[in-house]
Amino acid sequence: MRIEALFLLGVAAFFGVVGLFYWFTAYEQGGFVMLVGTTILGFLPGSYYLWWSLRMKPRPEDRTDATLEDGAGVIGAFPSSSIWPFVLGMGLFLMVLSIVFGLWLIAPGAALVVSAVIGVTVESRRGGTI
Amino acid sequence: MTVLADRPVTHEHEHEHHEGPTGLLKWLTSTDHKLIGMNYMVTSLIMFFLAGIMALLLRTQLSSPSSSFLSFQQYNALFTMHGSLMLYLFAGPFAFGGLANYILPLQVGAPDMAFPRLNALSYWLYLGGSITMLLGFLVAGGAAAYGWVAYAPLSLVQYSPGSAPDLWILGIALTGFSAIFTAVNLVTTTFYLRAPGMTMFRLPIFTWNMLVTAILILIAFPILTAAMVLLFADRHFGTHIYSTAGGGVPVLYQNLFWFFGHPEVYILALPYFGIVTDVIPVFSKKPLFGYKGMVFATMAIAALSTGVWAHHMFTTGVVLLPFFSLLSLLIAVPTGIKFFNWIGTMWRGQLTFTTPMLFCIGFLFAFLMGGLTGVMLASPPIDFATHDTYFVVAHFHQVLFGTAVYAGFAGLYYWYPKFFGRMYREWMGKTHFWLLTIGFWATFIPQYILGLWGMPRRVASYPANLGWQALNVVSTIGAYVIGISFVFLLVNLWVSWRKPIPAGDNPWDAHTLEWFAASPPVHHNFERLPPIRSERPVWDYNHPDARTITHGGAASNGHGNGHGQLAGTATGVGADTGDKE
Repeated sequence: MRIEALFLLGVAAFFGVVGLFYWFTAYEQGGFVMLVGTTILGFLPGSYYLWWSLRMKPRPEDRTDATLEDGAGVIGAFPSSSIWPFVLGMGLFLMVLSIVFGLWLIAPGAALVVSAVIGVTVESRRGGTI
Repeated sequence: MTVLADRPVTHEHEHEHHEGPTGLLKWLTSTDHKLIGMNYMVTSLIMFFLAGIMALLLRTQLSSPSSSFLSFQQYNALFTMHGSLMLYLFAGPFAFGGLANYILPLQVGAPDMAFPRLNALSYWLYLGGSITMLLGFLVAGGAAAYGWVAYAPLSLVQYSPGSAPDLWILGIALTGFSAIFTAVNLVTTTFYLRAPGMTMFRLPIFTWNMLVTAILILIAFPILTAAMVLLFADRHFGTHIYSTAGGGVPVLYQNLFWFFGHPEVYILALPYFGIVTDVIPVFSKKPLFGYKGMVFATMAIAALSTGVWAHHMFTTGVVLLPFFSLLSLLIAVPTGIKFFNWIGTMWRGQLTFTTPMLFCIGFLFAFLMGGLTGVMLASPPIDFATHDTYFVVAHFHQVLFGTAVYAGFAGLYYWYPKFFGRMYREWMGKTHFWLLTIGFWATFIPQYILGLWGMPRRVASYPANLGWQALNVVSTIGAYVIGISFVFLLVNLWVSWRKPIPAGDNPWDAHTLEWFAASPPVHHNFERLPPIRSERPVWDYNHPDARTITHGGAASNGHGNGHGQLAGTATGVGADTGDKE
């Protein structure tokens, strides 16, 4: 966890320094705003990871001497098939097309998006089937 | 149904039987990263071939002066869509959606991506975005015709009327979201789903590069999407963010676009560097020379790439030339480290020139040429002289062809046995390589010269009295040779589909974890895992008696005595005392 944290904080540190340098040397503000945004992008998760890495034991994947038995057990839940990503994707696709081909397409698009949101939530609570 | 994936334990794993939908329903509902990765690869290769055909049409137009093969509007639409398809829909998705989606979970020893349904959603968004962009060819007025960068004010509604530019903008927005979702997935998978013992500094370089690429995507793509939303607002909602008529600033668009656009170049390059870095050690029969140097060079390239966006805007006169020139020149240093390490890996190795290795060597030459001309262009005086000429066109084509095509197809040939459990035909792969190489250099070297002679890019016609025709003809012939070379790829895939040659699980005697899985990998990837005691777990497992190779690489990556000495046994604890993380 420590290396992950330092990796993300490194992103923040680099863009913080470059952003400061840019603020005092360049003639425009847009780039400065983007550099500050990038600094925050690295700082928020990086500081969270660092906070945790100081409070937890190294995970098996952080230890060079870990054996496979150290990591035995359930890794997580992986839904192996679900129709809802497809429904959600096509709903968003239709909603985007509606901007060009006529606003009536929003109706089926939004219906698909809403049903996908409901579907994926129900699926997760049930433990997941299609 | 949901499966609670158990961590596979050596020799005592019972393969859970997986039953799911088949046929079309399987394709629509699968959240398996392997199937999604394959979908991505097939879709992006279709985009690659479409864009390649457009390139051949463009080159046909340019093969004679004042040609009337295409109208000017058709020419503009074709070069716009050629660039857009290649950059947004092929080179990026092929790497981070296709190869990384398939290979990265295998390389870290994970059963799937961290968020399988999000992964599926990002494929459907990518497919929807691609179709949206291609629909531009079917609406009145033809496809978008403002170049792949869509500079304002040319892309505003008074200069680019019609609905095709809108479709283009919306297609970029959809594929942008798909890229962001994939990046979130890749980062989370790398951080949370590694196998025990697979520390960060034992990850294969391909995985490292994909991690850095994912961070770059998270930095760059939201800004592109924001720029596109603002452009859309300017076109339709009466805002004047990019038009001087209402007090807006057109250069703001360029700032936003290139803050995305230059990291995008490295989003398209770093995954392919990772492929090359994985392939070269395997066919040199050596560990990678300078593992940590490679990792830090990748980070340095990515970091610098985000601070150089305005070197595309030198001639606007409103950017800080020394700042952007300095940072652009600095990128050559970590890239040079990478070249040094690739050559160091091959140095005194037992090279076998299989097709993937040939493509990697082709990449080294192509990218070296593209990179060196990039260093030239980072110098403002040279950039002012060559801006918007064919010199720049040749430069970025050599960079992107070197990465996305040479290294991309190196990856395709290298992992093909893993994808399908069968071999391609070696002679056809080699023919593909040599034809591609002849065509590649014949296409782009003349363009450098034409650029130095002053031929501007994005022109459909040129006068006959300038003497540009001969070199343009050479370039066009080269482009057709490239096109023919891909026939060998397609025939190769066809033949291997009809008459398979079984490949086995690890035909290359490769190093990284994906070669420990079956070919093709089973559902949830691994039935067993080797002990992970170095960055080459599979090699260690297969060669327990291998002599430790001590050269600069071993010293610099701090693994000292670790390579393959005790790693073959399950109790190889403490084999590498040099490892401190």
